[in-house]
Amino acid sequence: MADTSTSFLDRSRTIAGPGYNRWLVPPAALAIHLAIGQAYAFSVFNKPLGSLISGDPAKPDALDWTPTQIGITFSIAIVLLGLSAALFGKWLERVGPRKAMLAAALCFGGGFLIASLGISMHNIWLVYFGYGFVGGIGLGIGYISPVSTLIKWFPDRKGVATGMAIMGFGGGAMIASPLSVALMTYFKGSAPQGVAPTFITLGIIYFLFMQFGVWTIRVPADDWKPAGYVPNEEHSALITTGNVSADNAIKTPQFWLLWVVLLTNVTAGIGLLETASPLIQDTFSDKAMGAGLGVTAAAAAGFVGLLSLFNLLGRFFWSSASDKLGRKTTYAIYFGLGILLYALVPTLGRNLQLTFYVIAACVIVSMYGGGFATAPAFLSDLFGKYQVGAIHGRLLTAWSTAGVLGPLIVHQLHDRAKEQGLTGAAAYQNVFYTMAGLLVVGLLADLAITAVNEKYQEKGPVTVEAGGH
Amino acid sequence: MNPNSNSNAPAAAEDSNGGSAVLAWLFVGLPLAWGVSQTFLKALALFK
Repeated sequence: MADTSTSFLDRSRTIAGPGYNRWLVPPAALAIHLAIGQAYAFSVFNKPLGSLISGDPAKPDALDWTPTQIGITFSIAIVLLGLSAALFGKWLERVGPRKAMLAAALCFGGGFLIASLGISMHNIWLVYFGYGFVGGIGLGIGYISPVSTLIKWFPDRKGVATGMAIMGFGGGAMIASPLSVALMTYFKGSAPQGVAPTFITLGIIYFLFMQFGVWTIRVPADDWKPAGYVPNEEHSALITTGNVSADNAIKTPQFWLLWVVLLTNVTAGIGLLETASPLIQDTFSDKAMGAGLGVTAAAAAGFVGLLSLFNLLGRFFWSSASDKLGRKTTYAIYFGLGILLYALVPTLGRNLQLTFYVIAACVIVSMYGGGFATAPAFLSDLFGKYQVGAIHGRLLTAWSTAGVLGPLIVHQLHDRAKEQGLTGAAAYQNVFYTMAGLLVVGLLADLAITAVNEKYQEKGPVTVEAGGH
Repeated sequence: MNPNSNSNAPAAAEDSNGGSAVLAWLFVGLPLAWGVSQTFLKALALFK
């Protein structure tokens, strides 16, 4: 029995048979990303977790967890996402996506269960360990698990394929947020704020949902190509025909330039997302717009929702567009247009141009999402498909860094502005100008990317099975 | 394409017609569509 069970998970058992429909693969990837995308909706638990003792978010008890304590949970998860993606990338290439997806499901679902215990015992360290540490490892392995498989199935549409999966990560929060609220309402009578049973239920639901990916994922045979596929020569300068290992990739300047590209793009995006709700309420307040005309808390929540939609759409739209435009050009658009828009937003705020302000923010966030989704295809162009999942995992440490750096910059600059007595749009202008400056750095890094030197490429033909050696 | 060319036996030829793909897409598409619709309804508050 043990052998049978192991072999089912083995990479060799996932190689697709003749005539396999490759359009079955993106749903398997989406099943993973839609689940782990829940992480973006963690803030829905902030108030309930912060009032487990008092029972009233407006009047927290001295023993209740503070917003900072709760926020650390998400930070740990994002840091572990990057670290585990970097650490387990080569293992994933060796064992294949099925085993990795199962590991991700066990960690992500199990993380919820451990955290629920921590909530029941009111032990924040157990929540950190469960959702942050164990769940964060599930996030990292899950995030990269379908990427190289998709690139191998869609060499002709790499951006479309990875855009679809990574779009799922954006969409996951949209499912998780209303689902979590509904569950907490349902369980409210049986536990403080209904949070602990909600965590148990979510852990089970996500584990089961991810099994769809585990059971349906298939990898193509090493010599498989789509019918009639001819490699695109249009952007051939940056598209390698060779293969670079994960260990060699991190020795190249191209990897680190792309690391800076992702870091700056994500840091800037977080700058906006982190402050979206207070930003629009402070900028377009009753004081600035006139009594009763300011942006209310409900409208600000609508603004956050709109940004989530554009974050999702941008992942698919921009990544797909990069198949035609080329990855370097697409990132140059993110940065060039991003610099203009970030520099413009404070002026739009000062002039109370709400419509244009919202449009600018939506475009910015679409490019933030696009930056995530375009990265795997760019890596595949530069380093080949041999260990692209492992290389992508290492690149995601830029995301973890940005996850710490972005909020830090935003809060420091905003706090300083408030200490200087600035209010409304003025209190945020330095945040936006700083982010525009960061994007200049990103643009320069993008423009400096050239083809990878052939000395880093593997000698002779490579097989995916060799990837782990 | 020659999936039988190595020692690793590939999965047997599978039923992978369009119907399976439609079902697979519905399995992930329906929750996503529900989540997007909920977010869209929330976003409408901005325009009221």
